Amino acid sequence: MNSREAILAAVKKNQPALSPLPDISMFKVVEADIASRYTEVFTGIGGQVIAVSELEHIKPLLSEHFDISKRTVTTLPELSDVAELINTEVDPHSFDDVELAIIRARLAVAENGAVWLTESVMGQRIIPYICQHLAVVVTEDSLVSTMHDAYGKIASEDYGFGGFIGGPSKTADIEQALVLGAHGPLSMTIFLIKQ
Amino acid sequence: MKSTADHATLAEQFNRDEERVDWHDGALWWIRQKRDRSANQTPQWEELREAASAIKSNVISNLHDYLVQFEDNLKKNGVKVYWAADAEEHNQIVYSILKAKEITQMVKSKSMLTEECGLNEYLHERGIDVINSDLGEYIQQIDNEPPSHIVLPCIHKRKEEIGELFHEHLGTEKGLSDPTLLTRVARKHLRNVFLTRRAALTGVNFAVAETGEYVVCTNEGNADMGAHLSEVQIASMGLEKLIPERKHLGVFLRLLARSAIGQPITIYSSHFKKPRPGQEMHLILVDKGRSSLMARPDFRDSLKCIKCGGCMNTCPVYRKSGGLSYHNTISGPIGAILAPNLDMQQHADLPFASTLCGSCSNVCPVKIPIHDQLYKWRQVIVKEGYVANRKTFSMKAMSLTFSSPEMYQTAGKTGRWILNHAPFAVNHKLNPWYRQRDMPGSPKQSFGEWYKKNINSKDKH
Repeated sequence: MNSREAILAAVKKNQPALSPLPDISMFKVVEADIASRYTEVFTGIGGQVIAVSELEHIKPLLSEHFDISKRTVTTLPELSDVAELINTEVDPHSFDDVELAIIRARLAVAENGAVWLTESVMGQRIIPYICQHLAVVVTEDSLVSTMHDAYGKIASEDYGFGGFIGGPSKTADIEQALVLGAHGPLSMTIFLIKQ
Repeated sequence: MKSTADHATLAEQFNRDEERVDWHDGALWWIRQKRDRSANQTPQWEELREAASAIKSNVISNLHDYLVQFEDNLKKNGVKVYWAADAEEHNQIVYSILKAKEITQMVKSKSMLTEECGLNEYLHERGIDVINSDLGEYIQQIDNEPPSHIVLPCIHKRKEEIGELFHEHLGTEKGLSDPTLLTRVARKHLRNVFLTRRAALTGVNFAVAETGEYVVCTNEGNADMGAHLSEVQIASMGLEKLIPERKHLGVFLRLLARSAIGQPITIYSSHFKKPRPGQEMHLILVDKGRSSLMARPDFRDSLKCIKCGGCMNTCPVYRKSGGLSYHNTISGPIGAILAPNLDMQQHADLPFASTLCGSCSNVCPVKIPIHDQLYKWRQVIVKEGYVANRKTFSMKAMSLTFSSPEMYQTAGKTGRWILNHAPFAVNHKLNPWYRQRDMPGSPKQSFGEWYKKNINSKDKH
């Protein structure tokens, strides 16, 4: 008997009588002002939220907040005049020198500040992790209260890779001192589009 | 690296540096308080714990079918699946994957399972170099020490000691101990590692049977840096990491980071489903005692653990003895109930490293009755003859004394006389009870004697 069969046989023999799955539909949080809640939580984690009324308005803000003389990449065609469009075919190692990446979130979660990204909005999987600074465009109508609502929307979506990102990369491994910028981005900015 | 000394001996060594013990105790208690604030701010927190526990009960009761479903979906997603009965088989599989691609260097994100399997040493002996990329694990690796905490691997180290290690291994200036500056140096050094390694191995936090995807949680972003730059991606997971459906991730991701460090979610919760074009993805399902633990009804709930470390942060024994004194990869209360299943003789001391105060069970996000299990393991260990002779003798003497009223009274009288007239007979170096405490003075008479006297004098009036 190979290990697969031996393990499955042992598991089958030793598992107890079937215990039912619980109902998880009762987890509901209703936010009176979801955009304020999101902003408060994300700022508390060490991120930055900048509200704008339309995408076009973020262009002048980029040079104010970032060094755009260095390599700036995006997946948003609307920003192609201020940033390089990400080539999905090239070797991911070639993005090592990216200073700023600007991408769009599928949704964002008020209870923890996290944005949901799939590889289609990342351009390449490595982008939101390898850049020095990450900026994510979130539209107000894509905000949800909790992770339950988030998975309700993600539902049966198919993707090769997806991830929640909830702030700048961080560590507290040295004497519990919080340091932003462990291996991933040093900062994370949300451009929240409120119409 | 494996120690043969028991928890009490190792804890005593840790306790010699009182200033460090106080600091360690305070640092962990601070994390426990952050966990409390975070839990209190989350509506329906207790219901979430209930739901998580019930989902895990379902997983344990239907694990066979979930494993088969998960495997089918992994294959459909283009992931290669392996099954390993033990550490040796797991390590062989990793080695064979790397050897087929002639890879001699690998980067690894945090994985307690591969620590337990001794993967780094196994690969090192075969000419393959592994670098741990989680900062805390990296620090422990260059110091040639195992992690002392599953979430905070070097929580027992002071920044000056880490500065000294960086000076020796990364050439930083002597005396540099600022956490931000040290982290920047590690960031630069490890970025070069990520960029040059063709293979990356990650652990797994949750694996979804319904979709065949697996989720890896980090705060640093190291798992993603390794995985997305690799041409060979390997994930090692224990069988118990499965959950039934994607929507159940909502429950666990809400609980994990809040219970661990009081953060609303880990910065990165990455859902790996299919390899990217040109990449190979391998997943190893590891038993290593899980299926045998399922056969122990009193202990199988320990398989619910999501490795948040909450029980360690709150445990008064862990906080004052340090993780390394548990001489097991997974330390603290949860380690003390998982370890005896793997090797009862080696870990017979661990269930005794507890006051049974129950704080661990109160914070556990999946409601494992940890302190009950510690108590039950003590009984199993004593019954199977693994407890130290000293303890067996005193237990037998105690049971004899308690079973005879005459002996009980005589023993009490003798004890009180000694404490009052000859305390030096018990308060000496050979009696471990006196090492960290002073005993209060003993009363002149027992309650029994007092009662008899007072009842009699009352009757007279």
